[in-house]
Amino acid sequence: MSKDLKLLNIQDLYACIDDTSILKGINLEIKPGEIHAIMGRNGSGKTTTANIIMGHPDYEVESGIVELNGENLLEMETWERAREGVFLSFQYPQSVPGLQVGNFLRKSVAAILGEEAAKGKEFRNKLKESMKELDIPSSFLGRYVNDGFSGGEKKRFEILQLMLMKPKLAILDETDSGLDIDGIRTVAKGINAAIRGTESGALIITHYSRILEHVKPDKIHVLISGKIVKTGGPELALELEERGYDWLEEGSED
Amino acid sequence: MVVNMADSDAREAVGDYKAGWHDPENSTIRFDAGLSEKVVRDISELKNEPEWMTEMRVKAFKHFDERPMPTWGNMSMLKQIDFESICYYLRSSKATENDWEDVPEDIRNTFDKLGIPDAEQKWLSGVTAQYESEAVYHSIREDLEKQGVIFLDMDSGLREYEELVKEWFGSVVPYSDNKFSALNTAVWSGGSFIYVPKGVHVELPVQAYFRINAKNMGQFERTLIIADEGSSIHYVEGCTAPTYSTDSLHSAVVELIALPGAHIRYSTVQNWSANVYNLVTKRGIAHEKAKIEWVDGNIGSKLTMKYPSVILKGEGSHAEVISVAYSGSGQHQDAGAKIHHLASNTTSKILSKSISKDGGRGSYRGLVKVSPKAENCKLNVVCDALILDEDSRSDTYPTMEVANPTARCEHEASVSKVSDNQLFYLMSRGHSEEEALALIVNGFFEPFTRELPMEYAVELNKLMALEMEGSIG
Ligand SMILES: Nc1ncnc2c1ncn2[C@@H]1O[C@H](COP(=O)(O)OP(=O)(O)O)[C@@H](O)[C@H]1O
Ligand SMILES: [Mg+2]
Repeated sequence: MSKDLKLLNIQDLYACIDDTSILKGINLEIKPGEIHAIMGRNGSGKTTTANIIMGHPDYEVESGIVELNGENLLEMETWERAREGVFLSFQYPQSVPGLQVGNFLRKSVAAILGEEAAKGKEFRNKLKESMKELDIPSSFLGRYVNDGFSGGEKKRFEILQLMLMKPKLAILDETDSGLDIDGIRTVAKGINAAIRGTESGALIITHYSRILEHVKPDKIHVLISGKIVKTGGPELALELEERGYDWLEEGSED
Repeated sequence: MVVNMADSDAREAVGDYKAGWHDPENSTIRFDAGLSEKVVRDISELKNEPEWMTEMRVKAFKHFDERPMPTWGNMSMLKQIDFESICYYLRSSKATENDWEDVPEDIRNTFDKLGIPDAEQKWLSGVTAQYESEAVYHSIREDLEKQGVIFLDMDSGLREYEELVKEWFGSVVPYSDNKFSALNTAVWSGGSFIYVPKGVHVELPVQAYFRINAKNMGQFERTLIIADEGSSIHYVEGCTAPTYSTDSLHSAVVELIALPGAHIRYSTVQNWSANVYNLVTKRGIAHEKAKIEWVDGNIGSKLTMKYPSVILKGEGSHAEVISVAYSGSGQHQDAGAKIHHLASNTTSKILSKSISKDGGRGSYRGLVKVSPKAENCKLNVVCDALILDEDSRSDTYPTMEVANPTARCEHEASVSKVSDNQLFYLMSRGHSEEEALALIVNGFFEPFTRELPMEYAVELNKLMALEMEGSIG
């Protein structure tokens, strides 16, 4: 492994939806073990970036590179990316009525990590432990995927999946929105447990500095109108919280 | 009547039907195709039936002959049925078998593929496996016998318990009920006869397997279940059939009688091949505080018209009909439920779920009636449809006739589609598009599937996953 190995490598990414251009030249590199954050206003293109990494069919990539450990993600189907180790914690997780949480977790872990990983005591123990860490009661396993879940339950469930699927790259799209302080702390604990001390990396999309206080990102990127306009360390989060985004807007003087 | 021996030509045209295979026809007695009073009398004579049964068959035949086709369901498909090309009686094995070892080998092979011996070891409490027109294998476990439970094929039931059969046969579904109940009454053969004595609980599901296994073979089985006071039984039937090039007709009649305090649950998963007309009359009568549940899954067939019904005759009785229907290319599932609240404090629940795909058509046809004298009835109807593409269709024809103002009625209906975002979410968890679709579809059917015995649930989930294969364009 070379020293400048990139876990995620995004170069000059341009993307549109229905002929409306949304991403206008994104560059982003995450090294193994790093946690990065993307901050930006509503509509700046954060979810679009996440969806394109995961392969959402609605978006068209016009040009650019998206690689995971040197593999071209853009040529892969969504499920192949998942099996390669990309995980997306959704801003709006979808419900699947009738599909039981326990069954879904087992099937998904089998699809991503192989049948063996979803069998036996080891899996059950890991499941139990993770649920305990996230304050999820065991009755949850009998409910239907995201069906009638509260906002907080949905976010915790996304993190539970993250912990079980052990991805190489975890993308968390506003996982902290709608959570109270305890919820944010719990979720941050889950992210740290899954990423810190591993070769995996994470990209945290958020509006708020609070979750970043618990996760301590290596880098923070500011996204405005489909472009990263500034990159800095953890201190940037507090600055943004104080000053907002206007000062970073094109044409504004700093 | 002709007598023919094993006919290996019947191996042709199995097609791509996934659960389809068939053994060479091993029929010893086979009638020429076509129906007449003579054929009906011949069937009865061959079976050595009492005169009252012969006369009932003949009356039923006359009614069938005069009665026009139904004007609902799918009239253009119904018109295509050629009653003259159907063979109305076929017997593959001379006597009803009690011992597995005595069952002819090619028939046993068929059953092996269906997993009967295994299943029996595990959890069956008795088996009637109908091969072509008649039960060839029949066993009753000792504990059931000791409890006084009668579990026979219908032909043996008539021979051994004539008085009981005479009392109840046709009491729930008279031959004149509809054209197809008349046809069944005229030419019925096989089916199950079950009597559960007072207070006896048949805990393990009693299961019957049957399949169409001959060209132009109509199956006209007739089932009668009587649950005496305070007893309970769960009966399960399932069928798969090989594909043939000519159309087949399956027209069964099932009658249930739940005496005071009894509980009958009748579960079915039908997966007839896509050329079969599945026109079945199922009805039960619930006496005081009795409970009847139909759990009914329709996956195969060309046209199914089936509306399991319950007559709530006794005070405080309860009815439930949980059904699913899957309609693929060229299929029409016209399914539903009928409940008649004749007595006070009766309750009913209907849950109907249908999926249509590749131009398939699903329709819910329901009727819930509350008679003027029935006070404080509660009824709940939920119909959900899932449409998988633009070419497919779903309709609901719900009818409620409530003649007593104290009734409480609830009705909900929904039609939904699979969204791209739902598929994307599941695909992001490592599932291919087909697998994702199967998860959504099986989730949609889950309220039904969870009511089935484990083996059936697993089989149904597999079937639906198979149906979703190659469906992504
Ligand atoms: N499916 C879509 N159809 C049309 N426009 C879309 C669609 N999804 C996103 N957009 C537009 O793309 C821009 C970026 O959206 P998004 O990536 O969701 O922003 P963020 O996550 O930063 O709030 C917005 O202007 C939004 O309106
Ligand atoms: Mg967003």
